[in-house]
Amino acid sequence: MSEPSPTAPISPHAHSGRDEKVAFVIMTALLLVAPFVIYPFFLMQALCIALFACAFNLLVGYVGLLSFGHAMFLGLASYVSAHAAKVWGLDPALAILAGVASSALLGIVTGALAIRRQGIYFAMITLALSQMIYFFCLEAPFTHGEDGIQSVPQGMLLHFIDLSNQTILYYFVLAVFLFGFLVIYRTINSPFGDILKAIRENEPRAVSLGYRADQYKLAAFVLSAALAGLAGATKAIFAQNASLTDVQFSMSGEVVLMTLLGGMGTIYGPVVGAFIVVAMQQYLGQYLGEWVTVIQGSIFVVCVLLFRRGIVGEIAGFFKRSL
Amino acid sequence: MKSTCLSALMASLLLTTAAFADDKIVKLGELDDQSGLYADSGGPGSVLSVNMAVEDSGLRAKGWTIDVISADHQNKPDLAANIARQWFDVDKVDAIIGVQNSGTALAVTSVAKEKNGVFLDSGAASSDLTGKACNANMIHWAYDTYALANGTGKALVKEGGDSWFFITADYAFGHALQRDTSAVVEANGGKVVGSANVPLNTPDFSSFLLQAQSSKAKVIGLANAGGDTTNSIKQAHEFGIVEGGQKLAALLTFISNVHALGLDVAQGLTLTSTFYWDMNDGTRAFSKRWSERMKSHAEPTMVQAGDYASTLHYLKALEALGGNPHDGAKVVAKMKELPTDDPLFGKGTIRIDGRKIHPAYLFEVKKPSESKYPWDYYKLLATIPADEAFRPLAQSECPLVKK
Repeated sequence: MSEPSPTAPISPHAHSGRDEKVAFVIMTALLLVAPFVIYPFFLMQALCIALFACAFNLLVGYVGLLSFGHAMFLGLASYVSAHAAKVWGLDPALAILAGVASSALLGIVTGALAIRRQGIYFAMITLALSQMIYFFCLEAPFTHGEDGIQSVPQGMLLHFIDLSNQTILYYFVLAVFLFGFLVIYRTINSPFGDILKAIRENEPRAVSLGYRADQYKLAAFVLSAALAGLAGATKAIFAQNASLTDVQFSMSGEVVLMTLLGGMGTIYGPVVGAFIVVAMQQYLGQYLGEWVTVIQGSIFVVCVLLFRRGIVGEIAGFFKRSL
Repeated sequence: MKSTCLSALMASLLLTTAAFADDKIVKLGELDDQSGLYADSGGPGSVLSVNMAVEDSGLRAKGWTIDVISADHQNKPDLAANIARQWFDVDKVDAIIGVQNSGTALAVTSVAKEKNGVFLDSGAASSDLTGKACNANMIHWAYDTYALANGTGKALVKEGGDSWFFITADYAFGHALQRDTSAVVEANGGKVVGSANVPLNTPDFSSFLLQAQSSKAKVIGLANAGGDTTNSIKQAHEFGIVEGGQKLAALLTFISNVHALGLDVAQGLTLTSTFYWDMNDGTRAFSKRWSERMKSHAEPTMVQAGDYASTLHYLKALEALGGNPHDGAKVVAKMKELPTDDPLFGKGTIRIDGRKIHPAYLFEVKKPSESKYPWDYYKLLATIPADEAFRPLAQSECPLVKK
């Protein structure tokens, strides 16, 4: 499933990026007015998970590294930021930074171990490490096991922005999402991003050109971990809780589904995929309970069999654009 | 688009304020584990209980519109909080009923407080819900860990079970139950020799049971619930723990668990419950109607009974208020003011901390030879009067209690 990438490789210089910019403006405009039509809490949840999926896509879509344990970054950061905000009483911005720092640190350690191997071995190492983090979160006293951390205060951002107001909170989460999204966009469309793609296409050749592939891969891995952490830390603040759901193996699996469904290696694909999956869980989950997992599985199969480039990938392919 | 939506919102706000006085629209949400290890003791049966309470209240005939919706929290606190938040915000639910699993209940109670909704819990056990986590929007109905510990714990220590080993479900409920039981055991001169924390929904208890066996404690306290209780009792049976001279105390046992275990395995268990279907004519009449409408024809547990009684009392309070004020704290205050009276729990009161007060009963599970008809499972050992069954207010950590 990991290699070779099912996305038709798009030559980095074949487009000017105009389509992507237009799409960005449309997406931002939609997200700005969305809370007047759609329940803001659902949107915030979808945005955080979308950022998480984008961070995952940076790794799998542009470096060709399929991490099967990305939930560890999301979950650990959400615990750390919830703990920082609730027990240490930190400002929400500092609490989120603490979460990001913790996941970046975890990214350095796990990345240094995992990038020594490729393909299925890489996936299995990340999976094993994320299971260790899961059991750490289950047993560590500050995470409160099955209960998770509840009633996390939203507090005053930088002492003057009141995050307990839902509208302000939404635009704060949107700003965090757009920041993360732009960081990823910039990374992909930079010389650094070109080298990452070169490594994805043919690692020995990139090495023969003099690039230290391992260092590039580690840098991308840590960046992806930090952004996943940003998503998790923000989630803990707006949802006011941190729980085992975010660090569980199923979350690592869901992010693969979101990315594949939306379109791996397309910058907007994970966003679309995340919105679809979160909407399914939120609106179907109430009525169908654990049957949602079965539906998700079926969608996964259909997606892999019928439209391997994902929703955005197929649309882009149809119009011969890059999105 | 933005301005039209805003003005629509303003208009609807104005309308709701105008309709305040004679608003007779109520929406109830039954949130529970509908498909997992706690589904048998609450779940779909609790949804039925809520619906029956709505029918029995007679409010619909008086022109009230009452809707009941339900959802599955899958025992995940974050999911429970999200659903509760969405119910209060979007679906305009007035009261959330049910919620087994203390972790999810603690999450829902903080949302109910934040959104000024009503939360009527019968399923969760943790006495923290009316202790340090109490608030003015929540009522804890059927039972709690203090009542269980006080009933079963005291009885077993008095019988000579003075050394205990706990097998504890590793979340809020298990810890609260172990804490409350340990306090009772120690206050009565017993001691706790050890404990093992077990993740929720564990299929294999063998390593924990072996620890308990080698601890040589006279009583093995099972501080768990639902499917975990049935699994641990069954496996203890396979290990021959009771034959080896140790006594099992399933601290929270519902009649659905006893039914799942069968009397062969469950006989002789001592347990505390605040409701038994075969108690008196009132409980039998309700249980007969309830059982006929359940697909499985089971008899109700104390959770399902509590969901019925709490919904009924909630609707009584609304009727007394003359309309639905859509103000959770106000309705809960009215509920505390009115004395409770229903065929299932008898006459009772609701304390300032949100604790519903009624008697508790100590039962023993019958031997197969003593059981005369289906679901004839319990024999009454003792009645714990209402004023002794629950934690006294003097010991409460609840901030609503003024000292």
